[in-house]
Amino acid sequence: MSEPILQISHLSKTFGTHEVLKDIDFSVSKGDVTTIIGASGSGKSTLLRCINLLETPTSGEILYHGNNIVGIKGGESKYRSNVGMVFQSFNLFNNMTVLKNCMIGQQIILGKSKEEAKDESLFYLEKVGMAPYVKARPKQLSGGQKQRVAIARALAMHPEVLLFDEPTSALDPETVGEVLEVMKQLANDGMTMIVVTHEMAFARDVSNRVVFMSNGVICEDGTPEEIFGSPKLQVTRDFLSRFLETQKQ
Amino acid sequence: MNNFVKLGQDIAETWAKNGSTYLNGALQTLLLALVGTAAGCLIGFICGILQTIPTSERDHFVKKAILAVVRFIIRIYVEVFRGTPMILQAVFVYFALPYFTNNAIRLDLILASYLVVSINTGAYMAETVRGGILSIDVGQTEGAKAIGMNHFQTMLYVIIPQMTRNILPQIANNLIINIKDTSVMFIIGFTELFAVHKSVSGALYVYFPSAVITMAIYLVMTVASSVLLRFFESRLDGPENFDISTTDSLAHTSGMFNYIEKKRRRPE
Repeated sequence: MSEPILQISHLSKTFGTHEVLKDIDFSVSKGDVTTIIGASGSGKSTLLRCINLLETPTSGEILYHGNNIVGIKGGESKYRSNVGMVFQSFNLFNNMTVLKNCMIGQQIILGKSKEEAKDESLFYLEKVGMAPYVKARPKQLSGGQKQRVAIARALAMHPEVLLFDEPTSALDPETVGEVLEVMKQLANDGMTMIVVTHEMAFARDVSNRVVFMSNGVICEDGTPEEIFGSPKLQVTRDFLSRFLETQKQ
Repeated sequence: MNNFVKLGQDIAETWAKNGSTYLNGALQTLLLALVGTAAGCLIGFICGILQTIPTSERDHFVKKAILAVVRFIIRIYVEVFRGTPMILQAVFVYFALPYFTNNAIRLDLILASYLVVSINTGAYMAETVRGGILSIDVGQTEGAKAIGMNHFQTMLYVIIPQMTRNILPQIANNLIINIKDTSVMFIIGFTELFAVHKSVSGALYVYFPSAVITMAIYLVMTVASSVLLRFFESRLDGPENFDISTTDSLAHTSGMFNYIEKKRRRPE
C-alpha cells in the first residue's frame, strides 16, 4: 500500500465538557473511497470538519503527507485548498453565478488566468451535468443542482482528497440519485474521497472502506463486505439492522 | 378658501424673489448629505470590518491585544457619536479648537459641517456593517475557507458583496435622515436649505409660505433618493431569470428558466 495522504492519530475534540471525538486513529491512502456511517451525533461530521480544520482538534495530530497540520500557523488555507469539501447545505457563494463560483478559487488561490479558470470550470460543470446553467445564480437552482455545482467547484481546485459532509441529507429522494450518481462516477475515476453519509447503499456499493462511528469513537472499520456482511459488534448490527431488513425484502 | 389662494400667491411671490437662494440651499443640503453619507459609509465599513476580525486562542497575544484595543476604541466612538445629538456635536467640533488654542486655530465652517455629518453617520454605519456581516450565513464563510480562502479573501469576495446588498436599505435610511438632519448645521452657520428658510422668512416675514416651500423641497429630495436607491437595489439583484447556456447541445436551449416564484406585482 502506498504512503497515506492523511494520517490521523489520537484525535480528540471537546466542545466545553462534551467529548465529541475520543482518540480517533484513521488514515486515508490515494484512491480510497471511505464512507463514515453512524447515528446522528456520533461525531462523524465533526471528524470530517476536523480533517478540514473547520474545527480545531483539541488534541492529536493530522498528518498530511507526513507533516502535522494541527496548530501550525499560517498553513491552514494552503492545506484546505488541497482538501476539497462538499457541505450538506451546499454553501455556494450567493453573490456569484454558477460559473464564477467554480472560477473564483482557481483565480485567487491557484492564480490561474480567467480563461484557464473558465475552461477548467466548464470541464467540471460538464462532468456533473451543470454546464447549461453557468449563468444561473444559486438561488435559482434546485438542491440537487446546487450540490452538483458545489462538487464541480471543489473539483476545479484539483484537490487530493474530497470530503463530503452528508451531501445528500438536504435533498429529496429524487435528487439524491443525481448527486450520488456524480459521486459514484468520481469514485470510479479514482478520486480519493471521505464521505459522511446516511446512504447505506452508497457505502456498501461504492466505497472500498466503511468506518462505523458511535459516541465519538470508531467502533468498526473494514471493507463493505465485512461491515455489512458480518458486523462484529452489537451496536453495528443494531445500527445496520433497519437497512439490512429493507434489503432482504 | 381665500386663505389658500393667498398662500399660493405668497408662495409664488417668495419663490420669485428667492427661488435661486432656496435651490442653492437645497444643493448645499444635498451635497452635505451625499458626501456625509458616503464618508460615513466608508468609516462604517472600516469599523465594522475591523470589529469582526476573528481571533482564536492560538493567535499571538500581540495580535489579540491590538484587536482588543481597536474594538474598544471603535466601541467608544460609536457610543459617543450615536449617543449625543448631532447639533451638539457640531458645536463641539466647531468650537473645540478655538477654545483650546485661544482662537488661533479655527476649523473651516464647511469642513466642520462635513466632518460632523460624516463622523455621525459613520457611528451608525459601523453598527449596521457589523450587523450585516454577522447576518451572512456561516456556511458562506465555511464554503470560502474550504476552497482555501483566508479571512481577507473571504471578506473581499464573498461576505462584503453580500453584506453590502443587504444593508443598502439602511444606507438609504441614513441618506434620507442626513438630508433632513443636516438642517441642524445652521447652528454653526452653514448655509443649507433650512438656514435659507430661516433667513428668507426672517427678512420677508413669510414664515408659513417659506416653510411650505422648504418642506416641499425636502420631500422631493428624500423621495427622489428613495426611488433611486430602490432602483439601484433591484439592479444589484441581477436578472430574475437566466439564459440556459447554448454551448451544450444536449440541453434545451430555447427560452428562459426560472425556479423562483415570480415577484408579485401590485395590481395597477
